[in-house]
Amino acid sequence: MSIQVRNIHKQFGAFTALDDISLDFPTGELVALLGPSGCGKTTLLRIIAGLEQADAGQVLLDGEDASGTHVRDRQVGFVFQHYALFRHMTVFDNVAFGMRMKPRGQRPSEKQIAEKVHELLNLVQLDWLADRFPSQLSGGQRQRIALARALAVEPRVLLLDEPFGALDAKVRKELRRWLRKLHEDLHITSIFVTHDQEEALEVADRVVLMNQGHVEQIGTPEEVYRHPATPFVYGFLGSVNFFHGRVEGEGLRVGGDHLHHGVQGLGQGAEVVAFARPHELDIMVDGDAGDGVAARINRILAFGVTARVELDGINGATGQHFEVELTRERVAQLDLHEGQSVRLLPSRLSLFEQPHAARAAGAAR
Amino acid sequence: MAGATTLRLGAAADFGQTRFEARAATRETPLVKWLILGTALTFFAVFLLMPLIAVFVEALRKGWETYVTALVDPDALSALRLTLIAAAIALPLNLVFGVCAAWAIAKFEFRGKHFLITLIDLPFSVSPVIAGLIYVLVFGAQGWFGPWLAEHDIRIIFAVPGIVLATVFVTFPFIARELIPLMQAQGKEEEEAAVVLGANGLQTFWHVTLPNIKWGLLYGVILTNARAMGEFGAVSVVSGHIRGQTNTLPLHVEILYNEYQFAAAFAVASLLALLALVTLGIKTWIEHRAAAAYRDSQDDAS
Repeated sequence: MSIQVRNIHKQFGAFTALDDISLDFPTGELVALLGPSGCGKTTLLRIIAGLEQADAGQVLLDGEDASGTHVRDRQVGFVFQHYALFRHMTVFDNVAFGMRMKPRGQRPSEKQIAEKVHELLNLVQLDWLADRFPSQLSGGQRQRIALARALAVEPRVLLLDEPFGALDAKVRKELRRWLRKLHEDLHITSIFVTHDQEEALEVADRVVLMNQGHVEQIGTPEEVYRHPATPFVYGFLGSVNFFHGRVEGEGLRVGGDHLHHGVQGLGQGAEVVAFARPHELDIMVDGDAGDGVAARINRILAFGVTARVELDGINGATGQHFEVELTRERVAQLDLHEGQSVRLLPSRLSLFEQPHAARAAGAAR
Repeated sequence: MAGATTLRLGAAADFGQTRFEARAATRETPLVKWLILGTALTFFAVFLLMPLIAVFVEALRKGWETYVTALVDPDALSALRLTLIAAAIALPLNLVFGVCAAWAIAKFEFRGKHFLITLIDLPFSVSPVIAGLIYVLVFGAQGWFGPWLAEHDIRIIFAVPGIVLATVFVTFPFIARELIPLMQAQGKEEEEAAVVLGANGLQTFWHVTLPNIKWGLLYGVILTNARAMGEFGAVSVVSGHIRGQTNTLPLHVEILYNEYQFAAAFAVASLLALLALVTLGIKTWIEHRAAAAYRDSQDDAS
């Protein structure tokens, strides 16, 4: 089933949680709503479910306005961050709950319910826990039971609110992969909310980036990561270095330093912020060349496959921190050591004009 | 007073405290320890245990026969019956009201919520005598509805309805006060989950809300019952002390005592004390069960 939201607006007192949001969620896709806490993503999800009422705007389920439809008639499956399992019921009863609550005419027999419950518990690979209580399960198990419970009423859409937010890193990674596989098997239109960019990029077909009640960008994980549309997206997806500067000739003036860069579409003297990912920066040791931003090496972290070099800006970019990712061979080849003065040379820069950029500076770090 | 009525779920915390005491590094000197313990135990013995024992000793001073005679006296039996009737009416009324009020306060936002919370506490904050007087002023012969009631031959003050009303009033807050913090702590996620799964309001309440609050609710019921049976002040004002008709057990004890029938007074008092002890026993058992349930739910939250 497709979901559309049209011009949704939601206000909590003086705080605008959602400001004129319009989005399309096509049938069968797994979409991530990604953003920092307080950006309105959970509110939007709860409005789609009907647990929250929008001040203005419409939610269309399968093209039909659902504003007047009660939550229990919307046929949505909802998975809560803290599971919200019924603590006094066994796993079996939890999963069976939705079917048992149906009006007498539509209610399946206990035998059919039992079959369905075991089918779902097998799907989440936890059939052996049917007689346990939620308090006897681990966090990961509880969330899988919660998912089975949501699927039991055969929802037309599945909404997941930070489903892995309360789990530890290892379990989270495991469940991510498992959720993706489950989605490929079932193909229910799904929306999940997360503040974890890695999770969103890894699991979703499409990512909707939200900030302060606005949609910043919509796209496939690759699109949003490779071509961030706004400084906020740049700062939010992965670590990033930024340079404040001014357009000058063919390049960029950053304090006393100069960066050669093909600048297009920006007027001379325009105030800009330039972004580069850690792997898009290179380090030059022979410091007096006319190109690059001067910096001093602060720390070299070489425990992974790649080495991470942390630097402090010294000339024009004083007080700023940079992060560069290099291969370990390259670090050895350049013979880098802490305290050394070097120059940073970006292989790729993305420029945004200042008014935009002011907002990003806060978000980037 | 409201604080004293809250269900304690501190079994887990108790565990932490025994560990705290067990470690040499965190232990107080024996002198301090025994001083505090001694003060508490002495106080307990003098002010609580001794009077309780005195009640039973005095009641049995003139032997079993006098004791039993005092209890099977028609007036005593009538007082017992009235006490049980008042409790039996006040309890379900306050049960329904308490659950409704707690549900409304814990799960919804509305105008005047704080006013409602304050209002619920009113019976705790005014003297029971005033509580009784309120009903005399409203329903008494010179009260607002007095003439109308007299015209229609309805008796409230100095009759059973007045006693029931006074009892309902003084026991009003127990259940609501017990449930509000419990329901607030539990939040509404489980209810939301139930509604999304297609349950209607009644099903949600019956299958999700009620099982989660049952121990707190039972605890509130016990407290309400204890207070309903033991209430003296408010009931005394509205009762009129008509023997065999509008006397409850506490009032009957007072009358006997004023008539120098000490053995009989203490015999009836011992009956009340026994009721209280049984209540206390049930309360302790519920606390124990509730603490176990609370521990489970804490595991659940972690």
